[in-house]
Amino acid sequence: MNGGALGRGPGLGSLAEVSSQSSIVVCCGPGGVGKTTVSAALAVQGAAEGRRAIVVTVDPARRLANALGLDALPDTPHQIAGDWPGELWALMLNPKSTFDSLVVKYAPRPEQAETILSNRFYRNIAGALSGTQEYMAMETLYELYVESGYDLIVVDTPPTRNALDFVDAPRRLTRFLDNRIFRLLMLPTRVGLKAVNAAAQTFLRTVSRTVGGQVVTDAIAFFQAFEGMEDGFRDRAQRVLDLLTDPATAFVLVASPRRDAVVEAGFFTDKLAEADIPVQGLVMNRMQPRFATGWASEADRERARTLSGTALGALWANLADLHALADAEEREVAGLVKRVAPGPVARVPLFGSDVHDLDGLAAVGAWLGGAGATGGAEGPSSAP
Amino acid sequence: MAAGEGLSTLVVEIEGKHGLAAAFGHAGFAYDDQELMPGVRARTLTPDAALLEYLDEHGLTRISKRLTRTGTIDVVATAAPGIKDILLLGKVKQLELRKAADLIILDAPAAGHAVTFLLSARSLLDTVTVGPIRQQAEDVLAMLTDPSRCRVLLVTLPEETPVNEVVETAFTLEDKVGIDLGPVVVNGLYPAVDGLDVDPEKAAADADVGLRAGEADALRAAARFRLARQQLQEEQLARLAEALPLPQLHVPALFTAEVGRDEVDELADALAASVRSM
Repeated sequence: MNGGALGRGPGLGSLAEVSSQSSIVVCCGPGGVGKTTVSAALAVQGAAEGRRAIVVTVDPARRLANALGLDALPDTPHQIAGDWPGELWALMLNPKSTFDSLVVKYAPRPEQAETILSNRFYRNIAGALSGTQEYMAMETLYELYVESGYDLIVVDTPPTRNALDFVDAPRRLTRFLDNRIFRLLMLPTRVGLKAVNAAAQTFLRTVSRTVGGQVVTDAIAFFQAFEGMEDGFRDRAQRVLDLLTDPATAFVLVASPRRDAVVEAGFFTDKLAEADIPVQGLVMNRMQPRFATGWASEADRERARTLSGTALGALWANLADLHALADAEEREVAGLVKRVAPGPVARVPLFGSDVHDLDGLAAVGAWLGGAGATGGAEGPSSAP
Repeated sequence: MAAGEGLSTLVVEIEGKHGLAAAFGHAGFAYDDQELMPGVRARTLTPDAALLEYLDEHGLTRISKRLTRTGTIDVVATAAPGIKDILLLGKVKQLELRKAADLIILDAPAAGHAVTFLLSARSLLDTVTVGPIRQQAEDVLAMLTDPSRCRVLLVTLPEETPVNEVVETAFTLEDKVGIDLGPVVVNGLYPAVDGLDVDPEKAAADADVGLRAGEADALRAAARFRLARQQLQEEQLARLAEALPLPQLHVPALFTAEVGRDEVDELADALAASVRSM
């Protein structure tokens, strides 16, 4: 089961190497930590290595979407021109249209697909059924992997309430589509076993009284229209799951050094482990940079104190503040770093400005490759 | 901060996240409330637990078991989107009516989800035409749209994307939900420091002290970084003020990554000071 770990030896040098040796990189982690930026940076790096790379993203910030050309063509892969030997593509995830095309693919007759697509209950699924967004992200990934000839696919997972949604989602959706109560209810129209359904009928009548009959009618119409398509969906979901546990797929955890993000990221690691998916690497994004190494922040603080009131004192106080923050962050992430070991950890500093263009992504990429680390504190100040 | 004013406060968490609990030194909150510090209690809410409790209280224990066991709850939630949100908000409303505390603080979902969450009552009124759920939605909407009972406190960071999101969220909440907006809290502000634009070598000469090798460069790089972040945040604060005509409350960045009890107190003091200066 644990194919990801067997596929390649432990302890790869850098996060960039993990990406270089994978066909699929799934970036996961809590919301608001810069997952989209990291995902895009990995794809840019893939293109720089001569690969045909695509980043699949969910909800990029406006200027980043601009830079990736996603504002213009939301539904189809869009190629981004740039100075690299490979290719860079970007695709915005659209759960609704992904689901629609699955329905069209598995419906035995076009009319059946039409009935489902126009059903009110169906139209709610993409927006309301928890896990659907996540499943559609994985489905898009599968489609790209099997049919489109990319040799690096980077997926930016949707920010999710439930850490395991995107792994659990295929199973959950097929379970949902197999719903027994509604199956039982449909039996009489097929084999005339009315008695079997007395209990189900009573139950649904109570549900109707609680939320209104329209809700139940819509649901029944949907399950009727969906009949016969469950097998196709289930097979497909199994293949998607297989792909996620394939050695060519690497899960990379992205977090920022705030306590809430670190706690959430730890929770993610546990959940992935439960699903037999090892975390292949960790990106600590937006770390407070250091501006020098080799001396302690207490010494800086002392200099600031003795020089208090002078311009130099203010400069020392600032350095002490920032280094104290860097120290605290390092302590905060230590546990997470240990848990991901021997997977590599990339520390990407908080830059002096927001990352919103290809140059910014390249700067992030340099830190993912470990190149930034040797440059010490100079990285952030040389960023755009 | 509310506890400091002598109000009993209940903090309600709804996403099962652990960060909030960690700030008070707890591993996680439970469905039943627990005391965090004098005057402050906390609990977590989940739609499933809220539904089961609702059904139990209405003598429908048997159906509740069946709903969860058969997965029908997911089917119903899909047929009537927002039903899970309304169960949570319904529970909050019940806590409010039962005077569970002087002040109930709900840690609502992040930007995109927040709108759907608070809009759930209105959306449900369109799909669900009869029954107790409709009644629940009507009661929740009455609470949300009464400024004397409920207000939304928007929280953001002085960065481009969070500012865009909060502006969008504010207008949607006001237009579509009709909910009253309190001031917008800007969190994580670097305290402004003057005098960072001096050259370290010159400052050292003025103070008549020496600098060792590399120190001038480190001081210069740190000052440049801080100034860049400060400038970025000034721009974003100005942009926020222009786009959103709401008073701003400023909460400083703490020079630590670990938010614990001391830090919560420090933030509460800063917030109180910001409120007093309004």
